[in-house]
Amino acid sequence: MAVSVDEAVSTGPARDRTPPARRFGGRGRSVLEVALLTALAVVMLFPVLWMIETSIKENRDVYAVPAEFFGFTVTMDHFKDVFVAPDGGRSDLSVAFLNSAVVAGVSTLLATVLGVPAAWAYSRFAVRAKKDQLFFILSTRFMPPVVVVIPIFLMYRQLGLIDSKLGLILIYTAFNVPFTIWMMKGFVDEVPAEYEDAAMLDGYTRLQAFWRYTLPLLVPGIAATAVFALIFSWNEFVFAIFLTSSDDVRTAPPAIAGLIGGTTTDWGLVAAASVVFALPVLVFAYLVRKHLIAGVTLGAVRR
Amino acid sequence: MADIEVKALHKRYPDGTVAVDHVDLSIGDGELFVMLGPSGCGKTTTLRAIAGLERQTTGDIRIGDTLVNDLPPAERDIAMVFQFYALYPHLKTRDNLAFPLRAEGLPKAEVRERVAEAARLMRLGPLLDRRPRQLSGGEQQRVALARALVRRPRAFLMDEPLTNLDAELRADMRTEIKHLQGELGATMVYVTHDQVEAMSLGHRIAILNKGRVEQIGTPLEVYDRPASLFCAAFIGSPPMNLIEVEVADGKLRGQGGLVLTPPPGLPRDRHLVAGVRPEALEVTEPGAEDSVPARVVSVEWLGDEIIYVVDHGGQRDVRVRMPPTVRFAADARVGLRHTGGTPVVYDVSTEELVA
Repeated sequence: MAVSVDEAVSTGPARDRTPPARRFGGRGRSVLEVALLTALAVVMLFPVLWMIETSIKENRDVYAVPAEFFGFTVTMDHFKDVFVAPDGGRSDLSVAFLNSAVVAGVSTLLATVLGVPAAWAYSRFAVRAKKDQLFFILSTRFMPPVVVVIPIFLMYRQLGLIDSKLGLILIYTAFNVPFTIWMMKGFVDEVPAEYEDAAMLDGYTRLQAFWRYTLPLLVPGIAATAVFALIFSWNEFVFAIFLTSSDDVRTAPPAIAGLIGGTTTDWGLVAAASVVFALPVLVFAYLVRKHLIAGVTLGAVRR
Repeated sequence: MADIEVKALHKRYPDGTVAVDHVDLSIGDGELFVMLGPSGCGKTTTLRAIAGLERQTTGDIRIGDTLVNDLPPAERDIAMVFQFYALYPHLKTRDNLAFPLRAEGLPKAEVRERVAEAARLMRLGPLLDRRPRQLSGGEQQRVALARALVRRPRAFLMDEPLTNLDAELRADMRTEIKHLQGELGATMVYVTHDQVEAMSLGHRIAILNKGRVEQIGTPLEVYDRPASLFCAAFIGSPPMNLIEVEVADGKLRGQGGLVLTPPPGLPRDRHLVAGVRPEALEVTEPGAEDSVPARVVSVEWLGDEIIYVVDHGGQRDVRVRMPPTVRFAADARVGLRHTGGTPVVYDVSTEELVA
């Protein structure tokens, strides 16, 4: 992927010397561009918009034919239902959200704590068969996770990890560590090893040098990597639905999916739960957007 | 200050690459010792082993009277200057300088005094309150040098400190380092791949190749009598002409008719190569006395001198350095004459100097 970005960067300026609007006949083209982009934006954003609308409509408006885009009565009932059970206690969904937060948070933390030092070691030290090891680590991400669901399920049953948050945390960590190692290795490579050398000559041990000098310079990279790991764990559905069953362990994705089906589906509740579910990662991604861009364009620019 | 002794150093990485095969060095107290060689010759690894940043596989390193094999870098009492400066980006110049002293736990007053002294030596006064990214490359390297100075270490290790600077600045810094080293009487081990830097700085130069020392000597020794064919081809720009010769009638005769005075003590029955510096040859009018007929292949006008590449019927074209006043066009018929003294002679099979 880095290669294609490289090419795009290096050949771009040469090709694009003429202003874009003039290349193939001026206004017509730019109108077409805008129209196409608008169409695309509508296609991409409509479901999101519809989800938000549904979440604030009353049930009768949800089923109204023809559908009402404007002028429906706004209600927050569905959002209340997401968090509060009909009997006034905590709803199953709110428990699921809490579970999601715990599972995603802890697994991201674990993956970072394990992956960052590993990435540092792979970047700094001469390790026997380093390339093969790194390839092996990456290879665990080659297959679709669903392939290993059955073996994992059987193993977990033996170990008593079925239907436990710990089980989910472990499996998400296992999926996030390779990703963290690979992404962080790129960031560590960018930090000159001389900082650590100099610190070691100044009287620090290697670990202190890493802790005090390299680590602070890695914070943007760690933030970007952690957000990616967090999004993966937060959104993960397959393992969550196979490995958990009870309401007090289930994470949000299977819990929301569980609302659909049965005799009737409360679409307003589904929509409201989805909005609540989508918000945290959106906010997170927005907060660290600069680092995310640094993360995905890493290696595109050579020094 | 202290002397440094490296004995039978060998460094092999876990993946099997041998970075340093066998290196013996004996660096005197107060000496500016340069390690020179192409990339991958083991010079930086040797330096890092002296610093303690790499652990040698076998061999001993002694700094002063201390065997430092098992000491961590911090306890070896040395300072190092890196190619990429390695200034802490979040610290001002002043704090970058004070950093190693604070790490040692010196009292504040002494820290201030030593920082001031180093700043004066490297003329950093106006830069003390800036951060590294507000400094130019040359300024950063001066700060890095000053940071090495404040420690008052037993030896300085320099890892290609000038490589990232532009040519003009490099020349200035070269002078500055040489001056500083002389003033402090510091033991300095200086690694570079730039022969001009090595020749102009070093009291002695060690030429490394493939993890082994090819030659150790003063700049003049290294230039006049390269110890091996590798050194002959490495030192000098353009490098020495290597002309295959045979001994006949008490003379060295190359193909193409060039005749050289043989050095005394030349062994018999060996395949020999004579090393002739470009300035030991002369391009003349065709038919001049003692000259062999030749043809100018190409001409490099360098302003202060002209390098002629000349074909005289030998196996290889030779390069000749001439003053800019002597002008021949490319393809001109000329004469080629040897004007230097006795050349150095190498054995082709051992690649070593024989006389």
